[in-house]
Amino acid sequence: MLGSLTLLLLCQLAGELAARLLHLPVPGPVLGMLLLFAGLLLRGGVPVPMQETAGGLLRHLSLLFVPAGVGVMTHAARLEAEALPIVIALFGSTLFGVAVTARIMAALLQRTDAGLREPTIGGDEP
Amino acid sequence: MSADLHQIWVYLSASPLAGLTLTLLAYQVGLWLFERLGRRPLLNPVLIAVILLAAVLTASGVDYRTYFDGAQFVHFLLGPATVALAVPLYNQFQEVRRSAVALVVALLAGSAASALSAVALVWAFGGSKATILSMAPKSVTSPIAMGVSEQIGGLPSLTAVFVIITGIIAGTFGTWVLNLVRVTDWRARGFGMGVAAHGIGTARALQVNEVAGAFAGLGMGLNGLATALLLPTLYRLIWG
Repeated sequence: MLGSLTLLLLCQLAGELAARLLHLPVPGPVLGMLLLFAGLLLRGGVPVPMQETAGGLLRHLSLLFVPAGVGVMTHAARLEAEALPIVIALFGSTLFGVAVTARIMAALLQRTDAGLREPTIGGDEP
Repeated sequence: MSADLHQIWVYLSASPLAGLTLTLLAYQVGLWLFERLGRRPLLNPVLIAVILLAAVLTASGVDYRTYFDGAQFVHFLLGPATVALAVPLYNQFQEVRRSAVALVVALLAGSAASALSAVALVWAFGGSKATILSMAPKSVTSPIAMGVSEQIGGLPSLTAVFVIITGIIAGTFGTWVLNLVRVTDWRARGFGMGVAAHGIGTARALQVNEVAGAFAGLGMGLNGLATALLLPTLYRLIWG
């Protein structure tokens, strides 16, 4: 747990340093993710402690967005003044984006692996 | 007595303990309601927590900065959590490699569809330029979106708000839309959530299915990269 948390932070730190030193427009944590991914590929497997630490962090991933979300308070005036365009754009573009991405992906996947069994629709998919 | 209370208030508002504890409490109330009332997507735990916290802060007159001094410890974990997405990605690597072409095409189409439709809709309904620019990168995870927003002249903190709301909308109505367009493949469902709605979409996908979660994490990472690389370039082409 401690070792794998340290490893996650090291990957992030390396990512942040690389992004700054090489003036990459990509955020450090994303580079860190690629770095850890490369490491896992080289090692050929995920160590159990890393599996558990990553699982623990990701199980409550949505909690981590709460502090930034509360920042909605500081923009109350603008949100009120431009409520209509903001609400329409957020709803429209988000649902359009989900639909377009998934639809295209599904169509292309069907072509590449027609043989794979498809799961059925239930009540609790993402 | 009231002097004691005052001292306690001074202590609480100066130490990070209150903001941190409140954040965890509010989120658990959100989770509890979500579980208790039958896991309806509308009762998104993030949405409930944000509303509760904003109400408490407004009622007690504590400003956001003070709150964030404590809550930043939670916020900080976004970094290591993003790195940790490498693990589900690795676990699904065989699947990912098989569908590489589909991934790239769907990524570019979905990324462009989200950003362009967002910008077009704000513009069409009379939003200001600052709002339009802050809206453009809202589909990607907040650290990336805020960086891009700053680069193209938006307001990073406003972008952060749009990012969160985008995630909540997808977490709430994503299932409905995916059923509407009749996508049943877990890989496609997850990828759509990740590309269009970053970490909150990914969190929602992870709740439901490991394959969907891995593809969502991948979609979030790839769209983060694509947006960070393409959006500033696109902006320079359009606005010069």
